[in-house]
Amino acid sequence: MQISGAQMVIEALIAEEVTTVFGYPGGAIMNVYDEIYKQDGFQHILTRHEQAAIHAAEGYSKASGKVGVAMITSGPGFTNAVTGLADAYMDSIPMVVISGQVPMSLIGTDAFQEIDAVGISRSCTKHNYLVTCAADLPRVLKEAFHIAATGRPGPVHVDIPKDVTAEIAEFNYDIELNLETYKPHVKGNPRQIKKAIQAIADAKRPLFYLGGGIINANAAYEVRDFVHKTGIPAVETFMARGTLSYDDELLVGMLGMHGSYASNMAMSETDLVIALGARFDDRVTGKLSEFAKNAGVIHVDIDPASISKLVNADYPIVGDVKNVVNDMLAQVDKIDSKKYASWRDVINNFEKLHPLAYHEDTDRIKPQWVIERVGELLGDDANISTDVGQHQMWSGQFYPFTRPRQFISSGGLGTMGFGFPAAMGVKAASPEKTSINFTGDGSILMNCQELMTAVEKKIPVINIILNNNFLGMVRQWQTLFYDKRHSETDLSVQPDFVKLAEAFGGIGYRVKTKEEFDAALKDAIEKNIVAFIEVIVERMENVMPMVPAGGSLFNMMLLEKKGAK
Amino acid sequence: METSERRVISVIVINESSVLSRITDLFSARGYNITSLTVAPIPESKYSRLTIVTSGSVRVIEQITKQLHKLIPVLKVYEHEDLVEKEMSMVKFPASENIADISTLCEAYNGKIVNVGENVIIVMIADEPKRIENFLKLIKRYNPKEIVRSGAVALER
Repeated sequence: MQISGAQMVIEALIAEEVTTVFGYPGGAIMNVYDEIYKQDGFQHILTRHEQAAIHAAEGYSKASGKVGVAMITSGPGFTNAVTGLADAYMDSIPMVVISGQVPMSLIGTDAFQEIDAVGISRSCTKHNYLVTCAADLPRVLKEAFHIAATGRPGPVHVDIPKDVTAEIAEFNYDIELNLETYKPHVKGNPRQIKKAIQAIADAKRPLFYLGGGIINANAAYEVRDFVHKTGIPAVETFMARGTLSYDDELLVGMLGMHGSYASNMAMSETDLVIALGARFDDRVTGKLSEFAKNAGVIHVDIDPASISKLVNADYPIVGDVKNVVNDMLAQVDKIDSKKYASWRDVINNFEKLHPLAYHEDTDRIKPQWVIERVGELLGDDANISTDVGQHQMWSGQFYPFTRPRQFISSGGLGTMGFGFPAAMGVKAASPEKTSINFTGDGSILMNCQELMTAVEKKIPVINIILNNNFLGMVRQWQTLFYDKRHSETDLSVQPDFVKLAEAFGGIGYRVKTKEEFDAALKDAIEKNIVAFIEVIVERMENVMPMVPAGGSLFNMMLLEKKGAK
Repeated sequence: METSERRVISVIVINESSVLSRITDLFSARGYNITSLTVAPIPESKYSRLTIVTSGSVRVIEQITKQLHKLIPVLKVYEHEDLVEKEMSMVKFPASENIADISTLCEAYNGKIVNVGENVIIVMIADEPKRIENFLKLIKRYNPKEIVRSGAVALER
């Protein structure tokens, strides 16, 4: 059929079964928005900032497993979205982001709201396109969705000049893609898998190192099966939280800079690291030369470039982690789970020695308590998003995650302002669960304008602001490593968060006691509208334990012992 | 410290707009060096061939080839082990220099005089990059006015 480029965008999104698009209109994308007005194939959620549109689409994608879609205009619309693109790129989130561009005839003339969008997005997307004629649009959009979702997922940016959205051309979406230069390796090499299984069977102290790739690949339940059948203990990265349930006996905990003592010690003592969909990030490994020093490494990853990038893999396996784990499960009888009993005891002793804990305080609420309390009250019934900082680490440490895709956070880029819009996307994808955003008094201000979106579209995100009147994580580093010079991190002057929420039509609470917190959370859930629950917490609390940047995992700063909870 | 070696990498890419910047962006974004880069379309195909001379440790070179492979329009990446490598260079001399000497020197380096003007002569040579360097040292005494080098091209033996 002969339709305009703008109509093609709509038809393609419907054909891709997109149900929700986040975006913000503007001059160069108006033709597309005109078609959005006329259609009823998907809902459009108008955010109040382009960055929030991308984060919302990321949250939607992470909660649903589907490709997230966002739409923005040229120039500042696009540049506002760049942080979101970079965030999705770092965390391998499948996204298609469509931006308007000035008409072809004006490209390169420094036209109004013109910027070289594909030039900017090249280094923070998996792939990008500048579409130069409407006839290319069906193929480009189909490729964009395919590339975003396959292999190592990531954001794909499609930049469409305004005249291309007006141009009429033939639309046929029922085309075979012929991407001869893009063929991700999804099936693991059987010989390598066999060798890896043998290595596991021979190991005395093997350890699973579970990464976010497992969540992306929808492989958590296969991994659970594999872990249980082998009886091998497992540590999770921050991005992998929820792969194993928090109460799984074989889950040691989270590893890395703010990982548990037992996890980091297990990693330091293991003789075989079984890395599944993890990428040996510096926040995980600490000092590389000391990381799992005496261990062999099995590394399963869809991205060949992740393998042996930082830590040399003795058993590299390129493939989709779901396929590979299924292939490994077929040979799991070669592994004797009883063999690792004494190793499990060693790890249990590490856990007893320095359990993950914090000291209760009678006067002030401890931030960790809030996370634990929400876990007790809501547990599996909530999806948890976070912003970036101390509250984020406490969420990773203390929330009792029970399933994959329950935890949504900005891991790689560490984007403050991610949490609230992401939590809106999570709610749109998963309306039956309560959408909680743990945030701080620093982070929440970076996208608080989204109160308006949440009120207008009735997206009842509950933002729990752990207010310590500090840019807490930076303050913690200043306290520990900069001789307590708290340079520009004291946020004593803050808005009235209750009034702020109310000004937009949401609901606000300020709580200072545990009883008030319970009551506020209950009320916010009942009211079912967007809420700010500001919790006044202990100001100087540090995230512990901690591996100082560049230090070895086994050299942790630990919680000072005194009647620990 | 791992030792850094010179390596030649050939990359076959779809000949489309912006593909070159995807490659060079990758090098700058990840902090790799490009010593030289040549690009030309492969006859009767939709592909182009890039020959990149770079340097780095074994680990860095492995990362470079893997990262290149990840780019969507990249078809193949060859990290050459055993190759025939050639580079071209052109040099402009004042016509007042000893043309016979220069001509003899060029012949020894697979080259010749390609243009003789009123004031200048231009020579070209095509040889291995190391020999090109030798040649450029030798001709200094003839007061070259301008020198251009093409960057290397290479084929596996």
